[in-house]
Amino acid sequence: MKASGPKIRISHLSITIGGKAVLKDINLQIPEHQITVILGPSGCGKTTLLKSLNRLIDLNHQAKAEGEIFIDGQEILHDTRDVTKIRKKMGLLSQRPYPLPMNIYNNIAFGLRISGRKQKRILDRRVEHYLRLAHLWEEVCDRLRDPASALSIGQQQRLCLARGLAVDPDIILADEPTSALDPVSSKIIEDLFREMKKQYTIILVTHVLRQAIRLADHVVFMSEGEVVEQGSPQNLFSNPQTAQLRAYLTEGN
Amino acid sequence: MTDRRIRIIEEGFARVLMFLSTSTIVLVLLLIVISILVRGLPAISWEMLSQTPRGGFYFGKEGGILNAIVGSAYLAGGSTLLALVVSLPVALYMNVHLVKRVKLVNTIRFLLDLLWGIPSIVYGAFGFAVMVFLGLRTSLLAGIITVTFFIIPIMIRAMDELFKTVPRGLLEASFSLGATRSETAYRIFLRQGLSGVVTAILLAFGRAIGDAASVLFTTGYTDHIPSSLGQPTATLPLAIFFQLSSPIQEVQQRAYASAFILTCIILIISVLARIFERRYHKNRIRF
Repeated sequence: MKASGPKIRISHLSITIGGKAVLKDINLQIPEHQITVILGPSGCGKTTLLKSLNRLIDLNHQAKAEGEIFIDGQEILHDTRDVTKIRKKMGLLSQRPYPLPMNIYNNIAFGLRISGRKQKRILDRRVEHYLRLAHLWEEVCDRLRDPASALSIGQQQRLCLARGLAVDPDIILADEPTSALDPVSSKIIEDLFREMKKQYTIILVTHVLRQAIRLADHVVFMSEGEVVEQGSPQNLFSNPQTAQLRAYLTEGN
Repeated sequence: MTDRRIRIIEEGFARVLMFLSTSTIVLVLLLIVISILVRGLPAISWEMLSQTPRGGFYFGKEGGILNAIVGSAYLAGGSTLLALVVSLPVALYMNVHLVKRVKLVNTIRFLLDLLWGIPSIVYGAFGFAVMVFLGLRTSLLAGIITVTFFIIPIMIRAMDELFKTVPRGLLEASFSLGATRSETAYRIFLRQGLSGVVTAILLAFGRAIGDAASVLFTTGYTDHIPSSLGQPTATLPLAIFFQLSSPIQEVQQRAYASAFILTCIILIISVLARIFERRYHKNRIRF
């Protein structure tokens, strides 16, 4: 792994879904161990961009992708090798939590088991470790065998974060991870992101401007499938160069 | 007449119409159950349930319907098991592996619905043709295979309907943990859709045990309980069919008893389906 240079480099990425251009010639560099916030109005292609990074875009039968995405210098978009390996590098946190239909313990252990760690002693230790990391352990340690559906939405989202971390990714993809959560849970998630960036490269999609200001090290502003502006939050928010960003900032979306 | 009055009359008319049609359905259902109860219940006795007919099922006045009860259980159990082995992988494959092939999956669904709609007598004729081709005689095995063909589309589509409702987000979550398609299918979809699988099994079992036409040519009919797959067997629907037409009172009694038992089995299956559906919801994530 190169110490300098971007973690992810996107070059001339265009995606059409059912003939409609959703992403148009995206060029981006995403720095390592920082929080990159992708900001923009609804429907601007933020989620599509995120899903193309771990190839979930493959699941859409109408989507066609052109261009290249390099992660650690390796092209992944047209990689015909094991796609599960690419996906495992990236933890995904979606708009609303999708816990697996099993108990709390197994939600974490599932990813570990399918990657070959099956010893109970190791599993117990890792499950506890990742639940602590997501600040969930104290709340669930005496009911690990309860179904995950019994947790509150905020707890479920932290469970999903812990589950994603358990398979040892280096990148966290977060697609509006707090949009379904109450303010307290949102704050926990935001605090976690700040802690986690020492170890992980985080890409956060949001349309909440204040969240972007609170968390971002690097901001990418998108509109209608294009990257309009990008840079440090201080620069971008105090000195917007384009009319689109100015409008977005004043409307306070 | 004012607009308002017309609407009030319309509303009243619609309400009466809906009430009448609903009560007609409930009434017909009650009539069926009552007539089976009235004629079947007096025919039920320990002798009826525990003995095979003596002196030939069509003429003998002695004995019961154990041959048909056991035969039907064998037939429905065997074909349900066989159908499950085929149907579960197909339903999962359609919903996980073929998630991108929307057109293909819809074509498969259409074909399965077509197969579902084909009358069971046609399956019976098909089974009979295969038997003739292979030189087999009427037997439990031939019946099981024919009924399996008949219930596979029902089972697949019943499972499919539930797997279809598993949200895309769960699929994405599983994939992004590095799970393969098969791991996603058997560890995630199967758990999330377990209630649907159980319902599909019970639904298929109900169809298998209640169908007369598909076994008419293929299982034959006998007074004895089959001791191997190669022997012919009696079944409850055919027990009704063959024995009800008899002029002998005692033989007719066996037909009514068979109808009663068959209705009870279907009733129990329906109740079980409800219970299992609730039970297996425990781990299911509600979206």
